Formats: sequence, structure tokens, C-alpha cells
Amino acid sequence: MNCDVCQNEKASVFFSQVVDGNLQKVNLCKSCADEKGVTDPTGFALADMLEGMGEETATETAVATDDLTCPSCGFSQTDFKKTGRFGCADCYHVFDEGLDGLLEAMHKHTQHTGKVPSTFPDLPAAQVNPLPEEPMAPSPLDKLSELKLSLSKSVEDEDYEEAARLRDQISQLESQMGDS
Amino acid sequence: MRFSTLLKKPAEWMRSPGPQSDIVMTSRIRLARNLVGHPFPGWARKEDRAVVMEEIRPSLENLSEMKDSFSEEMTKLTALEKQVLVERHLISREHAAKGPGCGTVMNRSQTISVMVNEEDHLRMQAIRPGLQLMSAYRSLDQIDSALEQELPYAFDHQYGYLTACPTNLGTGMRASAMLHLPGLVLSEQINQTIQGANKIGLAVRGLYGEGTEALANLFQISNQNTLGTDEKEIIEHLDRVINQMIENEKNARMKILEDKPTMMQDQIGRAYAVLKYAHIITSKEALNYLSMIRLGCDLGFVPEEERETITVLLTEIQPAHLQISAKRKLSPEERDILRADIIRTSLNGLTPPDFSTILTERDDDDE
Repeated sequence: MNCDVCQNEKASVFFSQVVDGNLQKVNLCKSCADEKGVTDPTGFALADMLEGMGEETATETAVATDDLTCPSCGFSQTDFKKTGRFGCADCYHVFDEGLDGLLEAMHKHTQHTGKVPSTFPDLPAAQVNPLPEEPMAPSPLDKLSELKLSLSKSVEDEDYEEAARLRDQISQLESQMGDS
Repeated sequence: MRFSTLLKKPAEWMRSPGPQSDIVMTSRIRLARNLVGHPFPGWARKEDRAVVMEEIRPSLENLSEMKDSFSEEMTKLTALEKQVLVERHLISREHAAKGPGCGTVMNRSQTISVMVNEEDHLRMQAIRPGLQLMSAYRSLDQIDSALEQELPYAFDHQYGYLTACPTNLGTGMRASAMLHLPGLVLSEQINQTIQGANKIGLAVRGLYGEGTEALANLFQISNQNTLGTDEKEIIEHLDRVINQMIENEKNARMKILEDKPTMMQDQIGRAYAVLKYAHIITSKEALNYLSMIRLGCDLGFVPEEERETITVLLTEIQPAHLQISAKRKLSPEERDILRADIIRTSLNGLTPPDFSTILTERDDDDE
């Protein structure tokens, strides 16, 4: 069996995915699989790959049936890939597969910790107000990034004494963070 | 409030100085909010947007903070009027290009402005002079809390405020400050500073946001991450980095004064000469020289009273403001002439920069 994408190499990766209740299968050679990112499960959607394949009629039907679409606003996965934006609030739940990976890369976190509208009552009142009067200690990561900024400044200013001091602080902080 | 009234008043932040306002021009907070059950503006049809606008506008106009506000649909504004609002940082360039179903509401003092149906249903902004991000946030937070009582916000306990672009998810907040960094530019440390800020998750942009050139040595620094960090942490982090940048800028200025005082005098002296005597001047040239006069104020070479004039000029000499003051459309050549006229008139009383403080060792100045 040859690869569905390049048609030249022998297929060695066999990928199946359920899209809208239908089982879709794709057979790929090693190099095409790597290129399409099949080996990275968060970044790969079969519908997208089918869309990029050569045979036009097959592609069109594939897009029509497999391109995940938001029932509230009609926005599709392809639209998201194109614009980087969603169609409506419900899209976040329709397209939530792989979303955490994207958000992790974007924000380094996937869980909201800020203000909660008072009209969303699930959380205790203390969390509704995100502005306690007492200043909080900076997180070690913030502290680290600031130290690094100061370090590059002091090197630039040729203040090597200060740079050495900062370097030691950074390595100390990094080892502390490594421990915890 | 009518547009003409809005125009006559320079924004409050230009008139009253704030903390650290020698280096920090303004602090801004922007919150993005959407309503449930309506597609986001970019995906919505004209009719959808009109419905959202009708839902949001009365709630906004009824807020006590927005009493006697300026409130208008984008279609009712001329291209020139929209450009004026962009030049005053009251709406984005993207919003100026919007059509039916999009609107703008702002208070009299131009400290709060709200774009309806920009990228999100609501984009609210608070602007303050100097470095006071937290105070800007508190004022906007009040408005947000009042609005959430009336408008059904799209919110999720995991993702926070749901926004059209996932880069704004979570708090939906962008905190930014406009910094005047001529010292870091002159000493060629600016690129390194920008890269350093990028590494710790902050964006540095030019005068009018994304993809714009850094004119007048002005740089906007803002947070990139909005999910997983609360409003206070975002602001405190930015505050700390900005304070560090202020230190670096001050050090850079002192170092130039020590190592190359003549270069510094030349830059400021030249700026004085050109602004005072030019009859044709482009926006870019004018902005960069005004930056040098402002630096002269900071270093005590130019009288402090000139600071406000310079700040107001930074906005008044921009293309749309010039055409509004001329009451007609002007070609770029005509604008350059009018710009030079306005600057010469405004700086009429400006005396030559006094560099006596750094000329002591030459001992050649009058006592």
C-alpha cells in the first residue's frame, strides 16, 4: 500500500480518526507523516490534512462532511486555521480538542485565575474580587525574568560587578526552582 | 457631547502630569468583553452587529462615568473624524475602518473610551497620565462590574472571558504604558531592551500599536499573556519592568551627558533650531525633534513650562488634526507647511536651550 499523500513511498503510518461519527483513515509514509505532524496528536486534525490533499472532488466532500462546525454560529475549524479567531463564545467548546495545547503555548497556562463576573456565582465571594489590598510577592518565575533583564542591561553597561552578582542570584533562584 | 466639543478639549492626560511622567507618557488598560448568544463581530452579519450595538449602547450611556458622553456609530463619522480619534488613541486603527453596527462611546475628559464591535463586542479603555496602571484598572473595573449586571457576558470558569482571539482569553486585559526612551535610542540599547522585554512575555510596539513605527522615541510596552495570571499580577509585573526600564533610561541619559555631552547638546540644539525656524516639516521629522525638546525639559536645558506645549503638539501636528484645524482636506505638502506654522507659533516664546549646567568645565558661559 502506498502513501495517500505522495503516492510514491510505501505507507508505514496508519491513522484513523472519528470525525462527526464517521471513521476516516489515512495511510502515510514516514516522511509525509512527519511533515503533516501526525506524530504530534495535539496539532493534528485529519480534516485539515484531507483538505490539503490533491484529489479535488475527494477533498471537497471531505471538507464538507469532516470540517468540524460550530452549531451556534456556523464557524468551522478551517475558518479558525485561516483567521486565528473564533466565531462565537460557543466555539471554545466545539473546538476544545487541542485548544489547551494552543493556549499553553500562547499563555503558558490554561486555567483562568483573574476576575470572575459576579453573575457567575459558582466561585466563593473571595475570588470575585481580584484586587486584595496587600501586594503579593512576585512569583519566582517573574523574579527570574527580571533578574535576567537586569543582567543583560548590566553587561551592556559594562557593570561586570553587578552582572556577576545578578548571575549568582539567577543560578541560585534557578536551582531553587529546580528543587521544588 | 458633540464631536466639535470633543475636539476643542485636549485629552485630560495631556494637561495634568502623572507619576513618573517625565518618562512615562500614559498608562492604559484595555478590557475585552463579549456577550453570550451573539457571534463575535468579525464573524457576525451586519444585522447581528446592529442587535449587539442596540443592546450595549444604552447600558454604556447610562453609566454615571459616561454622563454627557460622546457616543456615535462609526458610519456617522467622517474618515477625518475617525482618524482624529485614532491619533488621540481613543479608537484603534482597525476600528476606524469599521462600518455598520460599530460604534464608539467616550466620556468628556477622554479618560474612558469604549469601542463597540471592534474585534470583540466590547473593548473598553482607560487612559491616565504617567505611570498609574493600577488606578486606570480600578476605574475601568468599576465600569466593567456595572456593565456585567446588565449585559450577559460570555465567561467560562476555565477560559475566563471568552474573546474572539484566543490571545486575549482569561482576563481579556491588555495593560500598556507609553514610554519616552530617547536615552536608550541614542545609546543604541533600545533593541536589546525590546528583546529583553519580549523574552519575559511583554510586547513592545510603536506609537500606534501593532506594526507601527516607533516615532518620537515613544514605545508602548504591554503584557502578552492574559490567561492564568490575574489582573493584579499582570499589572505588578508590568510595573516592575517599567520601573526597571525607567532606571535604564535615566542611566543611559546620564551616561551620554558624561561621555558625549556635545552630542546631547547638538541633538537638542538642532531640534530647537529646526522646530523654531522650519517652514516645511514632515510628521516624522517633527515628532523626532519634539522628542528631543522633551528630553531637554527632563534634563533642565529647556524650561519645564514647555512640557505641556510639547505634549499637546505631539497630537496636534498629526495629519487628521491638522486638517480639522484647517477645516479642509490638505495635500501632504500643504500639511507639512501648516505643521511647521503651528509649531513655530506654539514655540514662539521658547528660549534657546540653556546648557550651562554641563558647560562648567569650559567656563565660557555668562554668570
